[in-house]
Amino acid sequence: MKLFAREKQELPIADHFKADGSRWSLKEKLLLGLSFDDYRQQLLRNPFNWLILIVFAVGLPIIAQRFLFGLGSVTHASNDYPWGLFLAFGLFGMVPLSASGFMLGTTVELFGRKDFHPIERLALLNGLLGYFFAVVYLQVDLGMPWRLPYPMFVSLGPAAVLFLVAWHVATYLSVQVAEVLPSFFEWLGWLKGKRMIRSMVLGLTVAGIILSTLHQGALGALFTYAPGKLHPLWMSANFQWIHFLTSAVFGGLSMLIVVSTFSKWFLAWRCDHHFLESLDKLTLGLAKGATFAMITYLGIKFIAIAHDKEWVYLFTGWGQYFLLELTIGVFIPMMLFAFAVRNGNARMARVAAFIGVFGVLWNRINTALISFNWHMYQEIPYWKEAVITITIFTLYLVTYRFILYRLPILYEWKGDK
Amino acid sequence: MLSLKTAKAAGDFDHYPDSMGVLVDVNRCVGCRSCEAACNKEQGLPEPEKPFNDYSVFDEGHEGGGHGGVGRRTDETRYTVVNKYEVPEIDHPLYRKSQCNHCLEPACLTSCFVNAYTKTPEGAVIYNPDVCVGCRTCMIACPFYVPAFKYSSAFSPRVMKCIFCYDTRLKEGRPPACVEACPQEAMTFGKRFDLLEIGRKRIRQHPDKYVNHIYGEKEAGGTAWMYLSPVEFGEVGFDVHVPHEPVINFVRDFLSIVPMVLVIWPALFAGFHLLANRKDAQHNHDDIDREGGE
Repeated sequence: MKLFAREKQELPIADHFKADGSRWSLKEKLLLGLSFDDYRQQLLRNPFNWLILIVFAVGLPIIAQRFLFGLGSVTHASNDYPWGLFLAFGLFGMVPLSASGFMLGTTVELFGRKDFHPIERLALLNGLLGYFFAVVYLQVDLGMPWRLPYPMFVSLGPAAVLFLVAWHVATYLSVQVAEVLPSFFEWLGWLKGKRMIRSMVLGLTVAGIILSTLHQGALGALFTYAPGKLHPLWMSANFQWIHFLTSAVFGGLSMLIVVSTFSKWFLAWRCDHHFLESLDKLTLGLAKGATFAMITYLGIKFIAIAHDKEWVYLFTGWGQYFLLELTIGVFIPMMLFAFAVRNGNARMARVAAFIGVFGVLWNRINTALISFNWHMYQEIPYWKEAVITITIFTLYLVTYRFILYRLPILYEWKGDK
Repeated sequence: MLSLKTAKAAGDFDHYPDSMGVLVDVNRCVGCRSCEAACNKEQGLPEPEKPFNDYSVFDEGHEGGGHGGVGRRTDETRYTVVNKYEVPEIDHPLYRKSQCNHCLEPACLTSCFVNAYTKTPEGAVIYNPDVCVGCRTCMIACPFYVPAFKYSSAFSPRVMKCIFCYDTRLKEGRPPACVEACPQEAMTFGKRFDLLEIGRKRIRQHPDKYVNHIYGEKEAGGTAWMYLSPVEFGEVGFDVHVPHEPVINFVRDFLSIVPMVLVIWPALFAGFHLLANRKDAQHNHDDIDREGGE
């Protein structure tokens, strides 16, 4: 696509009209303004697409196996570890990394920081896709996925934490759809729809904060149902939800830096100068936010240890692993972020963001899988479970790329808005 | 004054006063597995690979060993299992039966977001497969690792667990199949309140034969099935770290902040919005460039 964009003036599409004044049809917009042959050619030329093809070739049959022969055919069917990789990575990992939507929505719409506008849509899309695929992972993991709406409409158990998660993720998903719709309407050229959403943006944003605070926290609070099963260092009845909420703040910001970095590297043809030129400055802005969240997180982590009187655990093997997680996953990226902000070094902030994303994922996997049943044996997921996890993640990447190629996320629509 | 009283009563749910329970005496169990066979038949579970008189199963572990390093656990083919324990103090092995303990405030029930579980006034914790979504949070929450999942099924999976023979026996006041099948009278069926008395009496009369603790009196906030043991409970496969209060107590902190966030956040953030955009309102179109992050 890079090549085509260089050759033809009118590509990539950022307007309703071609160079000759005629209108792009929807089909042409979907094909990125290329002829069908050109489109196919650029697909085949990209080596990354071959990699995707291989992942799907291996992964999709295994996903089919899961739905035809049950969870037991693709996992270890463990009764001791009822939650495996699908939830540890897909739900507990993806959701905090998708906090970017509500963070940037709040920053721009609520606090009036219009300078973050160029990256706001990317943040919202990152949020939407992250949540959507968290639900996809959940659907793979649920025993009866066809009963997904049961907690909403059929049999309600409102006193359970998961009830809150279900409702909030569902409502927040619709809020995020609404928040991303304006870019879709611009692309489609349906301005009435866009104006309609604009008129309720403040309400949507406030709803986003409420729902995010509660369900990010609730994901942590789910583990308070297993106070004796998690290692005490990863479990705090009083603070678990704050741990999950604060780490989601820097997780979401780091993820946004990561995604914007990938966009800059691989999708430069699609970004407009507005995005590319302000990106370094915005990255540092996000880095600053992430630093504060990380300091807060470390503070609460140690307050929780003091509160539960768990200092003695720090001197065990588990304690060293815990400190390793905090050092690599939080402390090092925090220092890097801080230096980056201080020296105006966006590249360093990007390195920090990659580590920060890894740190949040590592924490969630440690909480849900490694420290879980710490006094028993360690469950190592079956390879098919890992393949399914990777396949769905690839599907996420493909969807992500499909949307970024087309909708005005990384660029501003030149036509009517 | 009155309102304070009712509030307190609601907070300390006193459980069903006449609920039934079973007292298991580890001293008396000889590991004959009659209870396993009876349960299998009563609940219509699949015939196991090894027959119930095959005692080599005691050498099996489930992956990694489970609590105390030995033993099988309940799964989709068995609601109750007996495990063997060699303890140094006693010259013969000890056996311990495990099944759902039917908590007074069950963690599975309180964690379930579709109300698939019910604690009946008779004392059983029963499960409704028709509303279950298969999220398996109950299995995460159960401090005794009891509920199992029918992982083998793609189209009709469900949670599999002991239901105290509720629909076939307990409802009519009869003891569960396993209790009736026991040739050693290792299990006593009765009102939980009376069982505690019986347990205490046995400990008092034979202090040499029992440790001074009834497992299940306080564990997880109290259970309907309770145990007496001649050795420390940890030695015969019990998790002695199970908290002495209902699991839901650990979740209450979070549950209590939910309404506050719901009510306070809208006003708080709408206020922030007004404050943050105050300058814009004052200097209209005055493009103020502010640096920095959040």
